[in-house]
Amino acid sequence: MTSMTMTQKILATHAGMTKVTAGQLILANVDMVLGNDITSPVAINEFGKIKTDKVFDKEKIALVMDHFAPNKDIQAAQQCKLCREFSNEKEITNFYDTGDMGIEHALLPEKGLVTSGDIVVGADSHTCTYGALGAFSTGVGSTDMACAMATGKAWFKVPSAICFNLTGKLNEYVSGKDVILNIIGMIGVSGALYKSMEFKGSGLSNLTIDDRLCMANMAIEAGAKNGIFEVDNITLEYLSSVGAKKPVIFSADKNAVYDKTYDIDLGSIKSTVAFPHLPENARTFDNMEDIIIDQVVIGSCTNGRLSDLIAAAEIIKGKKVAKNVRTIIIPATQKIYLQAMEMGLLKIFIEANCAVSTPTCGPCLGGHMGILAKGERAVATTNRNFVGRMGHPESEVYLASPQVAAASAIAGKIAHPYDVMKKGE
Amino acid sequence: MSVRGKVIKFGNNVDTDVIIPARYLNTTDKLTLASHCMEDIDKTFVNRVNKGDIMVAGNNFGCGSSREHAPIAIKESGISLVIAKDFARIFYRNSINIGLPIIESVEASEQINEGDEIEADFEKGVIINHTQNKEYVIEPFPDFIRKIIQAGGLIEAVNKGMLAD
Repeated sequence: MTSMTMTQKILATHAGMTKVTAGQLILANVDMVLGNDITSPVAINEFGKIKTDKVFDKEKIALVMDHFAPNKDIQAAQQCKLCREFSNEKEITNFYDTGDMGIEHALLPEKGLVTSGDIVVGADSHTCTYGALGAFSTGVGSTDMACAMATGKAWFKVPSAICFNLTGKLNEYVSGKDVILNIIGMIGVSGALYKSMEFKGSGLSNLTIDDRLCMANMAIEAGAKNGIFEVDNITLEYLSSVGAKKPVIFSADKNAVYDKTYDIDLGSIKSTVAFPHLPENARTFDNMEDIIIDQVVIGSCTNGRLSDLIAAAEIIKGKKVAKNVRTIIIPATQKIYLQAMEMGLLKIFIEANCAVSTPTCGPCLGGHMGILAKGERAVATTNRNFVGRMGHPESEVYLASPQVAAASAIAGKIAHPYDVMKKGE
Repeated sequence: MSVRGKVIKFGNNVDTDVIIPARYLNTTDKLTLASHCMEDIDKTFVNRVNKGDIMVAGNNFGCGSSREHAPIAIKESGISLVIAKDFARIFYRNSINIGLPIIESVEASEQINEGDEIEADFEKGVIINHTQNKEYVIEPFPDFIRKIIQAGGLIEAVNKGMLAD
């Protein structure tokens, strides 16, 4: 009888072992290797130094041109060109560029490229997103990516885990984003350093796949190696709907050892905003002064999914965004963009004076499509609010849910959805 | 192997966005990356760093994105070693993989001051602070990681068959 966490079981299986323990260094087979237009060029250069011509499996590599694409300048265009040429030469199946690309961590699940029980490594820190689907997925660097493309393997230090036992149900206008910002506020930006964050409990049945993807996405902001959700019917229905390969379901042993267990009642979570310049600076509206803003961004690998756009549209519908707030809405994939169009969401946004963009990571990392000037403030549904993250080193980013971001766009300052929906008074 | 140099000190949670801002990630040129290293938190860094200098920081060094451009920028700026209380995990593995020496030491991170002359001897497992006449013990790397470092990085380790079954 073993006493492994869910993560440890996936790692053991992929390393060909019956048991692993925290701290052990292992070599594991990977099911998917991911890179983007910033990290892949470095990986391709490193791949050239490895004594092989071939990638380990052309079906198990995904290169997604999303950060500076559509190409923002000549140098960005050169980087995408290098990726395109490499993909052609190695016959990589999953190469996505402007036109069919989306933000990588929204795109891979939507394309059915990840399933429960997989190991995914990606040269992008938010690769931890796929833990929502019961996969072990984690961010690595470009050299790791190069070696994984060549060998199909990666080295890992087996992590210990923190357990989050979720119960209850989220209140109106509260989403997975508020839950994860609360958790990061509670444990800090290095609170899960080198560890897994394992989410389980009866409350899972009240969290949609989009809530879970958003929460797993931000595990890295607590320093975690991965965030992972127990697989349930919601997971299985989603995987089936996107045509993912057959899931392999792992669950933690009954006597699995956790460094710590937190019990969280989802019903107790309030709308939350992370203040500059760390995601751990989480504050609720009972503890907030008026913050006048210049920009709102609704999108990213954290919150650019269809349900996020629906939530924002519900608040924005029939109103105009404040005159001095540039509101930028970025559907995370082409499929989401099309669905938002067919549902009439884009019309709601455009009539409210929002800019709606083709998919890109763009402003989240201060790349393009919405850079902040000195002294400007943005409310963003993105994942990081570090110094200079969205532009000028003296600009500020406040992280929030799509509901809070939409309300703030209307109010011209950081606002609770109730403030603009005239409820809860 | 040992390195010796003057210390440039930083605080806690130094993230990869300040080590190398994303606006410079449209290139993979190492010298260009180095020329913007740390500029969003310390504009003087690139002008005052000398080859062999040692960076000492607090906890969670290198948190944030997976960009390998961050350890590359630090290495190419001339920094010979980074000491911190602990490192964000992707930065940690990137440094090992590209051959940027790093050491986790709470004691050294707390006691070493900006401008101190220090020496790290990896064989003897000790950091010597020549300015303060102090020594701090270095925890040895696990075998597997030591082999990657000895090979000269992950690419060389792969070429030597270390990642084969």
